[in-house]
Amino acid sequence: MPLIKKGEIVAAPQGEVNTLDSFLEIAAADPKDAIMVRLMPDDDPLKLEPYLDQLEVVEISFPRYADGRGYSQAQLLRRRLGFKGEIRAVGDVLRDQLLFMLRSGFDAFEIEKSDAAEAFAAASQEYSQFYQPAADGEVGVFARRHS
Amino acid sequence: MYRYDEFDAAIVKERAEQFRGQVERRLKGEITEDQFKPLRLMNGVYLQLHAYMLRIAIPYGTLRADQMRTFAHIARKYDKGYGHWTTRQNIQFNWVALKDIPDVLDELAGVEMHAIQTSGNCIRNTTSDQFAGATAEEIADPRPWCEIIRQWSTFHPEFSFLPRKFKIAVTAAEHDRAAIRVHDIGLHMRKNAEGETGFEVIVGGGQGRTPHVGVTIRDFVGEDQLLDYLEAVMRVYNRFGRRDNKYKARIKILVNETGADEFAKLVEAEFEAQKDAEKIVLPQAEIDRISAYFAAPDFETLPEASSAFEEAKAKDAAFARWARVNTRAHKQAGYSIVTISCKPIGAPPGDVSHKQMEVTADLAEKFSFEEIRITHEQNMVLPHVKLDDLYEVYQTLEAAGLATANYELISDIICCPGLDYCNLANARSIPVAQELQNTFADIERQDDIGELKIKISGCINACGHHHVGHIGILGVDRKGEEFYQITFGGRSDEKAAIGQIAGPGLRAEDVPPALERVIEKYREVRSEPSERFIDALERLGHDPFKEALYAAD
Ligand code: SF4
Repeated sequence: MPLIKKGEIVAAPQGEVNTLDSFLEIAAADPKDAIMVRLMPDDDPLKLEPYLDQLEVVEISFPRYADGRGYSQAQLLRRRLGFKGEIRAVGDVLRDQLLFMLRSGFDAFEIEKSDAAEAFAAASQEYSQFYQPAADGEVGVFARRHS
Repeated sequence: MYRYDEFDAAIVKERAEQFRGQVERRLKGEITEDQFKPLRLMNGVYLQLHAYMLRIAIPYGTLRADQMRTFAHIARKYDKGYGHWTTRQNIQFNWVALKDIPDVLDELAGVEMHAIQTSGNCIRNTTSDQFAGATAEEIADPRPWCEIIRQWSTFHPEFSFLPRKFKIAVTAAEHDRAAIRVHDIGLHMRKNAEGETGFEVIVGGGQGRTPHVGVTIRDFVGEDQLLDYLEAVMRVYNRFGRRDNKYKARIKILVNETGADEFAKLVEAEFEAQKDAEKIVLPQAEIDRISAYFAAPDFETLPEASSAFEEAKAKDAAFARWARVNTRAHKQAGYSIVTISCKPIGAPPGDVSHKQMEVTADLAEKFSFEEIRITHEQNMVLPHVKLDDLYEVYQTLEAAGLATANYELISDIICCPGLDYCNLANARSIPVAQELQNTFADIERQDDIGELKIKISGCINACGHHHVGHIGILGVDRKGEEFYQITFGGRSDEKAAIGQIAGPGLRAEDVPPALERVIEKYREVRSEPSERFIDALERLGHDPFKEALYAAD
């Protein structure tokens, strides 16, 4: 499936994607192998804390677009734990959610149709101002008004 | 009142443009109704029985005269001449064509209004006391905080796909007119021992299928920490709220299933764990900037009493009665708070015509510093009217069919659209309200009965707040026939309680005579005329009233 990163279609990196449980097992046995994990909506992202340095990709799964738990997972990874690797949205990922995802700390998106790249790029430009600070490092309007 | 700066204006304008693009894609057939649905729901556009319905946000129920005129214009140009006030202090237009909605949103943006987050599983319009800034009862004006919450919650990247919709209400008065205990979050402004202003946080109230009165999880959160604390509550809810069953997805279920103490601990732990980088910077200068918009208008220094007012009352009994029923004490000497009833006998509760909107805008401009409030009880308010001007205001309202003197009386009914408009309804609600209003139309009789809140919903979703009516009426469908379940003892004020079902449901035509018997019973048993129905219920229990309800021969 195509992957969009920074507005462009890129080749999805190859590697084994583990569920959180099997990831934790592998990581306990040999941390070197623990580089990719997929979180389901009810997984606790804080369990990844000991492995952040070697983790390359955290996939966050959206079985339905309306299930918004992934946004909290991403925010926790980026802002609470300071995770610097890739956070990839997979599953029911729609163009109209893109901005919320970018703001919550996602930086890669698995999408169905490759011609969606343009639409995604456009969606990320639809707003220029944000009230709240978030994981994308934007300064919220509350603070910006007085800077 | 709040005015947009360039940031607010940009966000609302960009939203209108984005939705225009989405409607175009839909009208060209590039996306299906299924794909369009989540997009239109983000913009307050519902598909009703007959047409699309557009719900427009009126933040904390506060409106300027020019904004009211824009509603009048929209009602004339895009609807059938009417608008409908909702129990969220918003307005709904029931007949707007989809192709026109982008233009309507542009017109709204022109007067600093929008339909953002009036639907969908996000943080909805924050509601407040309709007398905020005018009543002497409050310790501070809650509206700056409603505005801060509005901005914080607008397009919140983390909390736009919650398990279910989310409603916040704020009050700063001991007497709660904002129903904060039946909201997902209720905030009550308080002073702590050091004299600082902050908030008591009440969580998990709500109506619908499983009604709950909210519980206090924090006695005091300081102003500077309010948004961080709200983020903690929202994150706990977003992560752990149920998503397997739409009827169990509101925060009240999570609070109830987790236990209030345990829930409070989860929130405290989340709040404590926030790193500095996660905290929301809300500079004092920003609180001051927003608060300045809500500074008291330039009141005149006036005596407590007005001779013009006293004389008018003496010569016009109808005016005297209206003034007694529909006005309340103002914090400023010589001023008054006027409630404009949108419940004339026999008309759909909460409906107003474009002409009535224009009249109200005129009055606000001339007599109330351009301000209007919309109440969750579906009425309008002119918050700052001089006693000297009351008679002229009354006469103008009277001529426009807006001088019904029934605020908080038995015919001031809250009623949802029901089966006449709503595709979730089990039963009609508007005709039941109208029949009851006709039954109790006699003004002397209403006066004699005193404060009594009837609330009617056409299904268990409880948009008509029946759970918190002193008398609640719920439409149910039994084998294709409409029945009405009566509850007693609900209230949404500081002593919030969920009404208890009196017994088997009644047919529509049996509801008015049954309630007449209940009212007669109340008049018979009240300790004195000033003992309200709700107080008599509390003192005597429900049994005498249940008996009366079912005493038909
Ligand atoms: S209570 Fe039911 S019938 Fe009434 S508006 Fe709400 S959903 Fe519709």
